[in-house]
Amino acid sequence: MTLFAFALLFAATVAAYMLNRAAAASLARRGERLHSLATFHGGFAALVVLLPVFLVILLWLLFQGPVISALVMGGLPEGVLDGLGKGEVSLIAAEIQSIAAGQVFGTPEPWKLEAAERLVRLRATSGTLLVVTVAALSVVLLFLARRTVAPEFRARHGVERMVLGILVFCSTVAIFTTVGIVLSLIYESWQFFRLVPITEFLFGTNWEPQIPIRADQIAGAGAFGWLPVILGTVVITVIALAVSVPIGLFSAIYLNEFASRRMRAVVKPVLEILAGVPTVVYGFFAVLTVAPALRAAGAEFGIPISPNTALAAGSVMAIMLIPFISSFTDDALAAVPRALRDGSLALGATRGETMLKVLFPAAIPGIVGGILLAVSRAIGETMIVVMAAGLIATMTINPLDSVTTVTVQIVTLLIGDTSFDNPKTLAAFALGMMLFIVTLGINILALRIVRKYRELYD
Amino acid sequence: MADIDIAAGGWTSEASRENVRRRRRGELWLKAAGLVAITIAFAMLLTLLASLVITGFRAFTQTHVTLQVTLPPGDETPSFRAATRGAIEALFEGADEAQKREASRILSSGAQYIIESHVAANPDLIGQTFSIRVPVSDPYDQLAKGLIDRETPEALRRVSDAGIAAFDRLSEAGLISRPFNTALFVNADSRFPELAGLKGAIIGSFYALLTCFLISFPIGIGAAIYLEEFARKNRLSDFIEININNLAAVPSVVFGLLALAVFLNWFGLPRGAPFVGGLTLALMTLPTIIIATRAALKAVPPSIREAALGVGASKQQVVFHHVLPLAMPGILTGTIIGLAQALGETAPLLLIGMNAFITAAPSTPFDSATALPTQIFIWADSPERGFVSRTSAAILVLLGFLVLMNALAIYLRNRFERRW
Repeated sequence: MTLFAFALLFAATVAAYMLNRAAAASLARRGERLHSLATFHGGFAALVVLLPVFLVILLWLLFQGPVISALVMGGLPEGVLDGLGKGEVSLIAAEIQSIAAGQVFGTPEPWKLEAAERLVRLRATSGTLLVVTVAALSVVLLFLARRTVAPEFRARHGVERMVLGILVFCSTVAIFTTVGIVLSLIYESWQFFRLVPITEFLFGTNWEPQIPIRADQIAGAGAFGWLPVILGTVVITVIALAVSVPIGLFSAIYLNEFASRRMRAVVKPVLEILAGVPTVVYGFFAVLTVAPALRAAGAEFGIPISPNTALAAGSVMAIMLIPFISSFTDDALAAVPRALRDGSLALGATRGETMLKVLFPAAIPGIVGGILLAVSRAIGETMIVVMAAGLIATMTINPLDSVTTVTVQIVTLLIGDTSFDNPKTLAAFALGMMLFIVTLGINILALRIVRKYRELYD
Repeated sequence: MADIDIAAGGWTSEASRENVRRRRRGELWLKAAGLVAITIAFAMLLTLLASLVITGFRAFTQTHVTLQVTLPPGDETPSFRAATRGAIEALFEGADEAQKREASRILSSGAQYIIESHVAANPDLIGQTFSIRVPVSDPYDQLAKGLIDRETPEALRRVSDAGIAAFDRLSEAGLISRPFNTALFVNADSRFPELAGLKGAIIGSFYALLTCFLISFPIGIGAAIYLEEFARKNRLSDFIEININNLAAVPSVVFGLLALAVFLNWFGLPRGAPFVGGLTLALMTLPTIIIATRAALKAVPPSIREAALGVGASKQQVVFHHVLPLAMPGILTGTIIGLAQALGETAPLLLIGMNAFITAAPSTPFDSATALPTQIFIWADSPERGFVSRTSAAILVLLGFLVLMNALAIYLRNRFERRW
């Protein structure tokens, strides 16, 4: 039915375009001087039909699901939902949905079957109603648009106003996305902080979120202090930076000052490949190769290394960050004015001395900005740590131990059973909000540093 | 540069020479450090690729055994289970009991279904004896590929001595072959490594990328045109720009949280559907496309705009008739690179449930499905040994797609992009 509605809309739009263009063209043939070209008259009609009807269809599709399920749940016989929690009610709703889709498990109660039938009926009615609405609205708009065709009608201005409106809407999608992220994180976190006090979350040193979702599950008692989790994130980030910053800096210095043009042309793209490899691949690499190698090396020296050692996740994350740091450093070094370099060389400094004592200090703000962006990446990186780091949150800074991170906890809490009235699910959103705040803060700081430094030489 | 008392001996004095040598050494050290750093980065890339290829290439072949299957005549619904068992037992006439017992374990548990669908496609085979090649089960596949050491004690091996003897008997009879593993591409997921394939994941990824493209491409271009060509410099346009730059740096898992809370929980869209995945990826790809489009629009010289305005075009006509077509190659290049990033994105897809175990390929974008990166994640988590090489193989397939997309982007840039 939805497809049919879209097809109807498409047909109406094309019809509006053809009708009005033909009408305008015939006016022109009769010797009238039109303000706008005939195609603009056509385009005007097409947009007048397309935009409102498209909006109606979208809104319809968005609200059809929630409205219908509210109707179905509201129409259940008296008393069957008495004394049930929010989660159980949503389970019943899901069961009715799956019965309606034809997947019946066991023998459900007759009122459930009845509700499922009602659901199917309501959906069919809604589909028919949508098509009828689309058809009626299209015809009305087509008629209204057709009446606008006149020599003095400024169709081009109308079209351009509507196109500009579309363009403005497109550019506000970014705002809507940010608002959506912020609102959903705040809303779900607020739900979480009603169940778990915010002080416990911020200052607690114990993280054991595996509490039961259903009554028959065996699980821990639950503790939601995020300090060990953020500590793990810090440990892995520090390892990743300790490995990637020197490698990135030195390779950028070499490429910028010593490498031949041909070497640059080969090395830079190869380093970029490292940035293009999906992180799930790095995660598998960490599990398959790096962690066993580290363990074997540790066994050689008699040091016990955990299979989920932070060292493995951190060092593999470093590989991902190398191209990031090296390209930022390279840009920052290249942005230092030539006069500084030439002046230093003219005074008799070697190239190495010029680099270390003149160019590098001048480029430091840009490099620091780049490293900060790398930090924010490392904190937000998910797949490498989900696959290679641990699940148990422990207060430790030993890189050989297994640690967990904020992103690991978000993913493990949300894979599998999720129900939005359970602190286990909501905890993921609270962690997500902290992650968002931290990375946003670091990004803003980094951009500010970079911008300030640019002003120095421009 | 240390203080040099030139009067005490000048540039030729030993102190001065020593000073120059020291400075040259410093220079060499810096160079060496740079070279070492680049070498380490290269070595890491090589290790990564080598370990994937070494473990992955084996999954591109699969050990098969050729069976002579006999179906009794007249039976329209024969028991394929019995027929399969009969076919393998027929090969072990005269063998000892232990070998016979092991023999049926050599076959993949999917063998009877493969025979069944083969017969369904050729109904005239009923009542005949025909030969068919079916995959062997994972432990014997590993044995054939030399991944199981025959020297290890039997208790520590995944195949018994009798099983090895049975397998060697088949091998000597010339019934074992190792053709290209087509199952990897034509099957969907399975619990059994020898039957598992990427079809569902590839189609799921395709639907997700298609949705992502259909949404992010027009919206991204629209946003970029507005910001670059029409927007006045005011609070609103500044605010939009800040938002776009921030979105580009938001961790991907946060987009997953957004999708879970808004798309799944509020709007009630289906869980694990490639359409929802594509919607999420579109939001993540948008900043990339907007930034690339703006750069491409900026690169079109003002003389083009002025010429078009000069002959009486309206501002929008200038943009849509002249600037946009000239900027298209740059926009397409940026879009393809953005889509390549989206193809490798995993975390948000995990949160919206595209990591379920699904044995059928999706037929619409609204069916539950996996995507290539989430399939890699699932297989990497599977305990069966055979999934290790299949995970590497899946990664090689994913990297293959990424190389193709990037090559296309580079080709477009070199072929069509103009320098003014």
